[in-house]
Amino acid sequence: MSQAKSAAAANTALIRVQGVNKTFLLGDEPVHALNNIGLSIQAGEYLSVMGPSGSGKSTLLNMLGLLDVPDNGQYWLNGADTVPMSEEQRAVYRRSHIGFVFQSYHLIPRLSASENIELPLILAGIAPAERKRRLAPVIERLGLGSRAGHLPNQLSGGQRQRVAIGRAIIMKPRLLLADEPTGNLDSQSGAEVVQLLEELNADGITLVVVTHDADLGRRASRRIRMVDGVIVSDDCTPSSGTQSRTDQSDAP
Amino acid sequence: MIRSRDQLGFSIRALLRQRFRTLMQLIAMSIGVLAVVLLTGLGEGARQYVLGEFSVLGKDILIMLPGRKETSGGMPPMTGEGTRDITLQDAQSLLRLPEVERIAPLVVGNAEISRGARSRETLVLGTNSTFFDIRHIQLARGQILPELPLDQPSPVCVIGTTLKQELFAAEPALGQWVGIDTYRCRVIGILADTGTGLGMNMSEALIMPVASSMQLFNTEGVFRVMIDVRSAMGMGVLSRQIEDIMRERHDGQLDVTLITPDSLLKAFDSILSVLTFAIAGIGAISLFVAGVLIMNMTLITVSQRTAEIGLLKALGASSREVRQLFVTEAVMLSLFGALLGTLLAEILLWLVRIRYPEIPFAAPLWATVAATAIAVGCGFLFSWIPASRAAHMAPVTALQHQNGK
Ligand SMILES: Nc1ncnc2c1ncn2[C@@H]1O[C@H](COP(=O)(O)OP(=O)(O)O)[C@@H](O)[C@H]1O
Ligand SMILES: [Mg+2]
Repeated sequence: MSQAKSAAAANTALIRVQGVNKTFLLGDEPVHALNNIGLSIQAGEYLSVMGPSGSGKSTLLNMLGLLDVPDNGQYWLNGADTVPMSEEQRAVYRRSHIGFVFQSYHLIPRLSASENIELPLILAGIAPAERKRRLAPVIERLGLGSRAGHLPNQLSGGQRQRVAIGRAIIMKPRLLLADEPTGNLDSQSGAEVVQLLEELNADGITLVVVTHDADLGRRASRRIRMVDGVIVSDDCTPSSGTQSRTDQSDAP
Repeated sequence: MIRSRDQLGFSIRALLRQRFRTLMQLIAMSIGVLAVVLLTGLGEGARQYVLGEFSVLGKDILIMLPGRKETSGGMPPMTGEGTRDITLQDAQSLLRLPEVERIAPLVVGNAEISRGARSRETLVLGTNSTFFDIRHIQLARGQILPELPLDQPSPVCVIGTTLKQELFAAEPALGQWVGIDTYRCRVIGILADTGTGLGMNMSEALIMPVASSMQLFNTEGVFRVMIDVRSAMGMGVLSRQIEDIMRERHDGQLDVTLITPDSLLKAFDSILSVLTFAIAGIGAISLFVAGVLIMNMTLITVSQRTAEIGLLKALGASSREVRQLFVTEAVMLSLFGALLGTLLAEILLWLVRIRYPEIPFAAPLWATVAATAIAVGCGFLFSWIPASRAAHMAPVTALQHQNGK
């Protein structure tokens, strides 16, 4: 095991991916959803992932979020080698290091807005008093104060996505992954959601956004483009201040 | 680790905020338990009733009836071939045996009882004072039949409460005369309201001295002779002695049958055990049906909520915690369902008891406990399997289920 190497990587990068492949079977046809992906992301970066439908963006994000495991390759998160981890270990990692925002919100319909946001705290076994203490500032920040007791179906799309973001950041993760967060929203509430995500990034969270929306994609300081499971471009705006490069090796 | 109180709260909220689903599952669950508790309650009541009927006789009673009934199941003899009546003298002669303490002959028939303008066709029993003792018959007021020689008639009678009500309504009956077909007799006692016994509804019966009833029905023979034995020991020997006496009195022919409560109980034992098996079978079937219902419900619940499972896992819940959440929910549902079913069954049994107060319909404790335990066990087992399967799904796969719905 290259302990020294991984430790060195952890010093600089929050995420380090090397030679990752993922193949699905669609009927009898193998689909190479991730093809020899290499990528490193520094803490605090703001990344957008763009590309045509079916190019592997969601697969990449799920893999980064430990929701899925690569067929082969390596993935260090926060200095830890995640591929050999057991599913239970990954669950603990997801809980404390990673926040997810999905296109379709994935709120639990029978729980109120504040109960949905509280869920990760409950799953982490945090005491009720402490939960209350942590919940209040998040609800305030999301501007959900008057709607905190409403059920998801009583909220607008933008409000639902803000609840989902609240749930993603309540555990103060270092990494926030958003898969088409504005895909179901009108441009007005989409813009509000994007603004909220960017504020969170400005506060230090590492943000990776998968999007179809070119305008949204351009806002990120680093822009990745995928086609057929391959990262075909990786542009950094010089002003963003991050020096990281992809480790894309021998892209065909 | 999720706290157990939070886990309970999560499950309760899942149940409360999806009332329709919860209600359907509760109904399914409670019907299963209801069936078991109700059926065993009814069956057990019937069993107790039958046993109670025989215990009225007591252990040390022999019953003699005319005709020979082979216990081995052969045909009864042709009546023309001289089945003779059991006369009062025959009955009296049994008292010669030192082991025979008392006897009560019994004549049974129907007659028209009248008082003034009211009349009623009803059951008439001819017997003696010993009968009241042997059958533990209580009086509400008045006195039982006088102690007379068996062959001496007397114009007196004791009547059941229903009959009293029908003939006299609220008026006092004691000391009044009633007509029995062409005879007349005076009411000297009224039975306490103790219901039926051995298939006879005593509350509608009229009891008169055996000699009077034999005149009334114009018969020489009695229907039954109840023989009170000093000790239950040597019942077999005594039976043979009685048979010897009867054979001697009936020209060497044995044309009576002796029944002991034991042999009666044995005869009914097979019926009772069939009844018990039937109840156990029906109970098992309804529990099985309830179990399958729970399994289906859990399968539906789990597949409807696969996306929720994926989400919980994405938020960092372990497979074990996810499984626990669903199992807790199913177990709580089964428990509530079982309580509801038990409650409903008890209410129904209570209503049936009001309708048929003479039969002790009540579910035995073991049935209630077993039904509840099996219900909870089913809820646990049948939710464990689908919940484990769902909990072990990869989080992405589970999350993508949302697309289907
Ligand atoms: N669970 C799966 N089973 C089979 N094929 C899958 C699965 N998930 C993704 N794929 C396939 O992998 C490819 C990449 O999918 P995805 O990452 O969702 O694309 P994108 O998000 O860029 O639209 C697609 O061809 C898709 O059909
Ligand atoms: Mg996608």
